[in-house]
Amino acid sequence: MKVITKSLLLVGALAVAGCTDPGRFGGGAGSVGGGFGDGAGGLGSASDPRSPAYFQQTIGDRVLFAVDQSTLTPEAIAVLDGQAQWLFDNPEFTAIIEGHADEQGTREYNVALGARRANAVQEYLVSRGVAPNRLRTVSYGKERPIEICSTEVCYAQNRRAVTVVAAGLTS
Amino acid sequence: MLRNLLLLLAMASPLIAPPAIAQDGPLRIEIDEGVIEPLPFAAPTFIAETPRAAVLAEEITRIVAADLVGTGLFREIPREAHIGRVTSFNSPVEYADWRAINAQALVIGAVNTDGTNVTVKFRLFDVFANAPLGDGLQFGGNAANIRRLAHKVADQVYSRITGEGGYFDSRVVYVAESGPKNARQKRLAVMDYDGANTRYLTDAASIVLAPRFSPNGDRVLYTSYETGFPRIYALDLNRLTRRALDDQPGTMTFAPRFAPDGNTVVFSLAQGGNTDIYALNLSTGARQRLTSAASIETAPSFSPDGRFIVYESDQSGTQQLYIMSANGGEARRISFGKGRYGTPVWSPRGDQIAFTKQYKGRFHIGVMRTDGSEERLLTASFLDEGPTWAPNGRVIMFTRETAGAGGAPALYSVDITGRNLRRVATQGAGSDPAWSPLLP
Repeated sequence: MKVITKSLLLVGALAVAGCTDPGRFGGGAGSVGGGFGDGAGGLGSASDPRSPAYFQQTIGDRVLFAVDQSTLTPEAIAVLDGQAQWLFDNPEFTAIIEGHADEQGTREYNVALGARRANAVQEYLVSRGVAPNRLRTVSYGKERPIEICSTEVCYAQNRRAVTVVAAGLTS
Repeated sequence: MLRNLLLLLAMASPLIAPPAIAQDGPLRIEIDEGVIEPLPFAAPTFIAETPRAAVLAEEITRIVAADLVGTGLFREIPREAHIGRVTSFNSPVEYADWRAINAQALVIGAVNTDGTNVTVKFRLFDVFANAPLGDGLQFGGNAANIRRLAHKVADQVYSRITGEGGYFDSRVVYVAESGPKNARQKRLAVMDYDGANTRYLTDAASIVLAPRFSPNGDRVLYTSYETGFPRIYALDLNRLTRRALDDQPGTMTFAPRFAPDGNTVVFSLAQGGNTDIYALNLSTGARQRLTSAASIETAPSFSPDGRFIVYESDQSGTQQLYIMSANGGEARRISFGKGRYGTPVWSPRGDQIAFTKQYKGRFHIGVMRTDGSEERLLTASFLDEGPTWAPNGRVIMFTRETAGAGGAPALYSVDITGRNLRRVATQGAGSDPAWSPLLP
């Protein structure tokens, strides 16, 4: 029973923390290796349009890519237009754009591919008027899948770029 | 009879006998599933020359035998079957006793210790030729290093019988993995080639990727996310100190590899979404850009003479292998088969390139000659990647990851003939192995 309880808790924490905590993948501010349990604090309430939680859940913090591609789809562009507007409305926020790949690729190539995807998002946001010095990119390659099955259903969710907003400077 | 094994090895070697090539195109190669009959050998427990050496003698004998058996080229005749008894290191060998149990090779040894230092000596015999194979040899060292002494004995035996260099006295640096797939913890670790003596070099606080040894094994290059961004580092294995090698804001660096001079490091740098290969002189800090295409260029590997670099690029639309001068400039594509080719690694002998191939949703480890000819796939699975060569160029170690939510990576090794696929006995899950040179 203990084991089950613990895993339920972990799943709960993951669902809450979702994907908005810079440095949550290890490195940076004291997070240990992986994304659990250290991220829920700074998101604020999703009903507050100026909160990272609102950005994540209502604006949409991520865009998806086709296999081996970094081209922005029309759906992605619609999400990014919303992100650009939110960043315009909330000038005290900066963002780190994370590029990710699915597991069907070699490790280092996927780091480079994730960099391409993050950059595609960054360039688009800059083209919509976001100051370049408010944005940074990082690639996690295939190191941090959000879905863990080994079928296209999961791969499609893992080929993503996630815009992680935080109050303050990026560099 | 030992010469028969030599002959078999020669025949198995792609350098001498090209493998069967399928009919509809020169690049569709079938993995050779042939079985080699392992050479039977006897290794009676090494003689303990003092009572306190008895335990060490037993352990050393077991390690020597395990090294040889692990190659797939040798089969140990169990001690229970032995007729002959070796009571003294220098007494004449009764060849008939060993012929009777069909031992083709006989290894005898003796161990001595004063409690601090250990000496091991051994002799090797070709039983059916009634003759020693090479001279007796002695190795000495600290009692804490008896595994290395045993590996050195086994390297000598292997080398004398096969005519190839040894590889047992070597280490592997790799990434030890734990935790769930979406929050994997990764630590840099170093172990003996057979999985013994694991030592962790970093903690699990940051993702680490793809370590590589320096040419003399004293340092390790790797990529870490400890700043929140991928950056390349060099770790001194003796002092356990490390330094960041290239820290330019707004860039990510990864895929670092040493040049054979031990002073130049090539790596990938991503900036503005474009990834290219750069070279860094460690003593002067001078940095040189080697590629400048808009495509992804990564996973470089030097030729052993330091004159060329093989790397992967998707400039054609998919990952393929290219060779350029160590100073950059025009590159020549060498991979032309179906599918995608990545993670090229130049063999220590200089004549072959090992790589990862993706084709029809499967991953393979393969080898080809440096002009791209004679491609052979050695493995196939859901996800095989990242080959590294044993110091003698006869064995390749790589990562094999299983599918699904519970999927985990493990290290495997395979002979370059495609035989003797084995899981390496790591402590827990592991990925991204890199083999050291033979230790001094």
